[in-house]
Amino acid sequence: MDSAEGPVTEKIAGVNIEILRRGKGRPILFLHPHIGIHGSGRFIERLAREAQVIAPSHPGFGHSELPRGMSTVDDLSYFYLDLIENLDLRDLVVVGASFGGWIAAEIATKTRERLSRLVLIGAVGAKFGAREKSDIVDIFATPRGRWEELSFRDPAVWLRDYESLPEEELTAMARNREATALFAWNPYMYNPKLRGRLHRIRIPTLFLWGANDGFAPIAYGKDYCAAIPGAKFEEIADSGHFPHMEQPEAVARHVIGFAGDRPRRRGDTR
Amino acid sequence: MRIYHFSEQPCPDAWAPEHKSLRVILPSRNCDPRVMAENYHHRLDEWMLADELGLDIMINEHHATATCCCPVAAVPLAILARQTKRARLLTLGYPIANRLDPVRVAEEFAMIDVISRGRLEMGLVRGVPYEVPLSVRSAVGQMDRFWEAHDLIIKAMTSIDGAFDWQGEHFQYRNVNVWPRVYQQPHPPVWITGRSPQNIREIAERGYVLGTFLSGFQTKDLFDHYRKACADLGRPAPAPDRFSYLGIVAIAEDRKEALRRAEVMVGYLRSSGRVAEPFGTPPGYFSVKDAARMIKARGKRTTTTREGKAVDTHHGAIEDLVKAGIMFVGTPDDVTSQLAEFVDNVGGLGHFLMMGHAGHMTHEEAVDQITLVAKEVLPRLQKPRAASKQAA
Repeated sequence: MDSAEGPVTEKIAGVNIEILRRGKGRPILFLHPHIGIHGSGRFIERLAREAQVIAPSHPGFGHSELPRGMSTVDDLSYFYLDLIENLDLRDLVVVGASFGGWIAAEIATKTRERLSRLVLIGAVGAKFGAREKSDIVDIFATPRGRWEELSFRDPAVWLRDYESLPEEELTAMARNREATALFAWNPYMYNPKLRGRLHRIRIPTLFLWGANDGFAPIAYGKDYCAAIPGAKFEEIADSGHFPHMEQPEAVARHVIGFAGDRPRRRGDTR
Repeated sequence: MRIYHFSEQPCPDAWAPEHKSLRVILPSRNCDPRVMAENYHHRLDEWMLADELGLDIMINEHHATATCCCPVAAVPLAILARQTKRARLLTLGYPIANRLDPVRVAEEFAMIDVISRGRLEMGLVRGVPYEVPLSVRSAVGQMDRFWEAHDLIIKAMTSIDGAFDWQGEHFQYRNVNVWPRVYQQPHPPVWITGRSPQNIREIAERGYVLGTFLSGFQTKDLFDHYRKACADLGRPAPAPDRFSYLGIVAIAEDRKEALRRAEVMVGYLRSSGRVAEPFGTPPGYFSVKDAARMIKARGKRTTTTREGKAVDTHHGAIEDLVKAGIMFVGTPDDVTSQLAEFVDNVGGLGHFLMMGHAGHMTHEEAVDQITLVAKEVLPRLQKPRAASKQAA
């Protein structure tokens, strides 16, 4: 973690979870991308100036335990339903980035209780394109240098000196990669069922997409957005696939604005 | 002691220095099917000769590669089950953790065992890391899946009283009922490859044959893990027939010619390790600790091959490879004494798996190699020798 105070470990729904809690007030649940929580620190701190941020490492990622039998994003979404109840979160804003956006979308197809807003940042998880080609760049078949070029406008926000990283950071990276394979190997980065369930997302939803995303193209994001009734789409300039890392200020402003923007609830207009 | 003739059935014309990866992504347009047909026929003829001359037969399989153009071991096994008379037919092996259908594996094995009248040796392998990218399932939990597939295959082969259901963690089946019943009762011998002490212990507990490849003089340590596991279980010391080792043989009447053949074979090995970066270290294949170490070593290219010795295999000089116990090179006298020394060193060896053909080696050369090993090496190794008794 690139913040002053590190995360703590809490037992949540029977699972030892590495969790970062920051700020006070309206709760925001931040679901990190497949690359883990490293690099998301500035975004989290920025949000925490105006809200209460809860940022766990997903089961299997970082230093969070992986319970036996947990092997799908569907499983992860049920874990988060437990987490939301156990922490008694209400009027919750769920913010998910990339793989975390997939989890967020799955959560929102299952309940609207306790949730008030959904923000999907470069979210993956649904299939829209042709069957002969992955919608998302295959992280497991792409040399690391090329993946970095595709994923970031400026990879500096991500790159680290691997040689000098402490053992536990290297362990977290290795676990992130392994967990990504566990949850997203095949079908690669999607759940074949999710697209047909997206209509069930009935809370106000905002898509944020890096204008320079070479990992999950903007056209994919727009298809995704169109599948969720009433969802809005905003591009984030000067950013690749992880705008919350490359443009934390701009993304945080979007999130805070969207969370505080309370016209009649969409459900009420029907 | 038995010697098994083995070739990877390569398509050596398909690679060129500009190909960065001979595996996973090499386009099949580089394969000329007419040339490959010749290759297949030659390799099958060589195995039939091995059968006639008293050697046994080993087949393997790999996928999406020119280095081993046999993606379905069952195909040559089926041909040889009918066309040979006496050789044991070893496949080492089936990558059962990457297969979706263990029951189908049991059916293939059962049929081959029956057609060959009980000559199948059933080798099961975890598979190399760079084949995980071709697999529908990831390497996460691969060994769990391996053992469940194994359990299901054995149960499917040994259940002779009608159908059963299988509702496991990784595999679910209705009405499993394998026909034909296997020829060898209760099931054909099982071989499994292993390198880690834990994995070797699991193989020893079941009393299976341990397969080791190109591990040279480190092989003794691997066999010792097996022996220790038996001792811990209070069992008698395992017989040599629980151990097998794969090495490369370049043999000729003339030492100079043998060295030339060794160069042909080693040239192939030096290129066969070329794998594009993202495929060498699939997530889940290595322990988290090893994977973390590999992240740290980024760019050093020490991680594309799994085994420390494999680096030697791909780049070592022939003299060093002979000293390391990876290659056995020279006249029949040379090869016999090198093999005898190796057998003594590892404390007894029941099965020597001979890579007797590789790369651009011609059919005539392979025939000569098989003939020399069968007529001049094997009989001498089969004679009881004081030294090997002592070591055992």
